[in-house]
Amino acid sequence: MRVNPRTAQKFAKGLIWAVALLVIAVLLFIIVFILYRGLSVINWSFLTEVPRRSGRAGGIASPIVGTLSVTLLAVLVAMPFGVGTAFYLAEYTRGGIITRIIRFCTESLAGIPSIIYGLFGFIFFVDVLGLDWSILSGGLTVAIMILPTLIRTSEEAIRSVPVTYREVSYSLGGTKWQTIRRAVVPSAIRGIANGLILSVGRCVAETAALIMTAGVELAMPRSVMDSSKTMAVHFYTLVMEGLSTRNAYGTAAVLIILVFLINVVANMLINRFVAKGR
Amino acid sequence: MGKSRKSKIKTKDLNLYYGSFHALGDITAGIPEKAITAIIGPSGCGKSSLLRLFNRMNDLIPSARIEGEAFLDKKPIYGKNTYVVDVRKKIGMVFQKPNVFPVSIYENIIMGPKSHGTKSREKLAEITETCLTQVALWDEVKDILKKPAQELSAGAQQRLCIARALAVNPEVILMDESCSALDPESTMKIEGLMLELAKKYTIIIVTHNMEQAIRVSDMSMFMMIDDKKIGRLVEYSATSLMFSNPKDKRTEDYITGRFG
Repeated sequence: MRVNPRTAQKFAKGLIWAVALLVIAVLLFIIVFILYRGLSVINWSFLTEVPRRSGRAGGIASPIVGTLSVTLLAVLVAMPFGVGTAFYLAEYTRGGIITRIIRFCTESLAGIPSIIYGLFGFIFFVDVLGLDWSILSGGLTVAIMILPTLIRTSEEAIRSVPVTYREVSYSLGGTKWQTIRRAVVPSAIRGIANGLILSVGRCVAETAALIMTAGVELAMPRSVMDSSKTMAVHFYTLVMEGLSTRNAYGTAAVLIILVFLINVVANMLINRFVAKGR
Repeated sequence: MGKSRKSKIKTKDLNLYYGSFHALGDITAGIPEKAITAIIGPSGCGKSSLLRLFNRMNDLIPSARIEGEAFLDKKPIYGKNTYVVDVRKKIGMVFQKPNVFPVSIYENIIMGPKSHGTKSREKLAEITETCLTQVALWDEVKDILKKPAQELSAGAQQRLCIARALAVNPEVILMDESCSALDPESTMKIEGLMLELAKKYTIIIVTHNMEQAIRVSDMSMFMMIDDKKIGRLVEYSATSLMFSNPKDKRTEDYITGRFG
């Protein structure tokens, strides 16, 4: 039996709408649920005090600092390598053997579970290099972890810059570097920044790799050589060891708000400084 | 025509390959200085490929390979010691679509001069005014130089693109079907501009519009693919001569509209 095209069209439209609404509803439910349970926990002392009695009491000031410093370190370390590799792949090679090796490696890296990165970080940074459980070990480990995302998104952003921009720059006598700087980067920067924001999200959310590298210290870290729990790790122990469900929700709520803030601020910065007129 | 001028650009047995595909075969021609030369011919005959050989834009295509010689003022374009940037500084290009950068009008113009080391604001402002005046756009945009170039009409954008090419102070300007995306009125303005610019610059245009070739060009090159799909220069003569008295049967068939 042949379905009437108009019926099929209506059915398809309804189905696509239903799927989209369902997804949005689930996401909203999770966020609202966590904020509902968590917001009541958040107050000034929760944000400014270090955890006491393993997190049963006190605040989450040190995990907040730990999260931010691990993330910042990871992004600062990974960005030059990730974006640099992306430019190499998109602009400087013509699909030779080296390109294929890099691509194979990044794709493999992207598929590895984060606990394996944790194990590597533990053996290499913590033990072999003697960095101990520290923000530095954690940051470097997560930096390697976010490299594939960063390379992939940046490369895509660079490749999506219209060929005509490059042609114009070359036709005006621009060198390759001038072309990249003047014609490619300004157009690709938003895509690259989006990749960075995605990576920040992964850093903030990471637990397995960080338990093994940044450690589980609850005192306020004083340098990158100190161990520190991140918020996600703290949340994990609060729940799994049955320490305090209440504080776990509080931590989760702060985590969500933090990610939200990072997104908003990053977008504001992009709009303000790099994307004018683009 | 009868104007015998010295050749600005010369090619000798120039061949272009894309991988194993032979795109252009044995192009030998001299392009007269301070005149307009039109490259015409049916689609896919290699007009644009030939144009892009002059400023080495084909270098950007990994599989492209060139045999033969080309000279700008007797200096080799594809020489071992030729710096490609120097070639492109002297041979500017205007493309089919008005491809302004998504920045301000002013920043579009100064892009070239800035790459070549002009830093002083006064100098850049002077270049901006001169070049925009040359394309008859100055009065229209002098108060909105900081506005995004994309807000201009398509015709004005294309004139801006020409001004942007002029800002590098080239000697030759290549125009790759630069009117084909424009309305008739804008086309007329650009054609008027071409005639004006030809007093100072050597201009080579690619056009699929034979009326345009007749209206603006001094010399015409008719190109066509041969039975091996290789783009060949079939006939090259003064435009008035080619359109009144074509020597080759293929040229005659094309310009009388029997194909193409």
